[in-house]
Amino acid sequence: MTRFIEYTCKHYDKLIRALLEHLQMVGLTLLISIALAFVISVLIMDRKCAADWVMRICSMIYAIPSLALFALLIPLTGLGMKTAVIVLVIYNQYILVRSFTEGFCRIEAGVLEAASGMGMTRWQIFKKVRFPLALDSMTAGIHIAIISTIGIATIGATIGAGGLGSVLFDGMRTQNAVKIVWGTILSAALVLLANAVLKAVEKRVKKAVYHV
Amino acid sequence: MRTAVEFCDVTKRFSGASEDAVEHVSFQVMEGELITILGTSGCGKTTLMKMVNRLYEPTSGVIKVFGENVMEADPVQLRRKIGYVIQQVGLFPHMTVEKNIAVVPEILGWDKERIHSRVEELLSLVNLDPDVYCTRYPSQLSGGQQQRVGLARALAAYPSIMLLDEPFGAIDAINRTKLQDELLAIHRRGGLTCLFVTHDVTEALKLGDRILIMNQGEIQQFDTPENILHSPANAYVESLLKSVMEGLSFFK
Repeated sequence: MTRFIEYTCKHYDKLIRALLEHLQMVGLTLLISIALAFVISVLIMDRKCAADWVMRICSMIYAIPSLALFALLIPLTGLGMKTAVIVLVIYNQYILVRSFTEGFCRIEAGVLEAASGMGMTRWQIFKKVRFPLALDSMTAGIHIAIISTIGIATIGATIGAGGLGSVLFDGMRTQNAVKIVWGTILSAALVLLANAVLKAVEKRVKKAVYHV
Repeated sequence: MRTAVEFCDVTKRFSGASEDAVEHVSFQVMEGELITILGTSGCGKTTLMKMVNRLYEPTSGVIKVFGENVMEADPVQLRRKIGYVIQQVGLFPHMTVEKNIAVVPEILGWDKERIHSRVEELLSLVNLDPDVYCTRYPSQLSGGQQQRVGLARALAAYPSIMLLDEPFGAIDAINRTKLQDELLAIHRRGGLTCLFVTHDVTEALKLGDRILIMNQGEIQQFDTPENILHSPANAYVESLLKSVMEGLSFFK
């Protein structure tokens, strides 16, 4: 126990740095993932054929273990956070494109027919009807993507991306129990915190859209 | 009196279909008439009506709305002048009743006060108290109330024609009768041209100034209710009328 406290006091700056690196990786990944998934979803939402193909490709990629995908990309994009972010963005497309397109398409029968029958343009229908009604599904998808990203980002340490994974892997390599414990606590705490915040956000979005 | 809607030898065949949905149909609707389009499922009545606001496009033939060929007009502008009411209503669930009714006026750029007073006027017209219903959401309304809002929404921007596709089909009998009477009152007051699709013979006879009876994509008879009752044009029309009589005599 004393060793634990001693280590913590001496190296808390390293732990905080790892945590911030992790947050940076996750934050950057999310911004790019959401923007990319949004563009893809808008392009395929009315084209069933394209949508089926995109989802097929995404699910095939998602089936590849993260370590393998990291390794595959090293010769192309090198080691470090850049490769990790690219891999994480690609993984997130499976979750996000699916929840975004489902949101844009799964709308009560009659609502879209009434909207076009009234003389709304495709853009107006998207802005005023499809997008607000999709927010529910979109935030649920983003929630899952965030949790998943926090987890897979730890594997990024194996290719030099830093983050909380580096604390864990260092600890395993040097048989340092304190590092392993801290790596675990911080990762778990991050997930729990993110989960709680996202649940609250989802509730607010649901209320704002459906007024229930 | 102008011709509101004119079909000149119009045919519609959907891609991959073996038969025409609408076959060589020609007729005229004068301004201010309430025309009911009657027929059984699959006879082409909805397809016919949806070609007026170009939700479907004819395979051949010409359709004119107040003299303008619908294929030469901008579909979006065309639809903003035509009120469209469907059976599922299609109210936007994330908007209040007021916002739902205000959709087209907002798109047309009306100012806020004008929109608000128009919404209140329309809610009163469909017998919904504006003070109570303006801020309600569709999920808080009954089926009959939702369709009343649907009607109000379609009337918002002073359309020159109303298209109604079995609007009261999903509503209970008592409310259906009330809504039919209210529609008749609205029609008489405004002199609005209406095309009303239904498979209910009684409804068609009650509401229509003239009835357009369709079967398998072709017009069977297009005449006033009295003329149809006295001289049905063919066996199909006779069987339609008989089905109503039989329905009533079931209780005897």
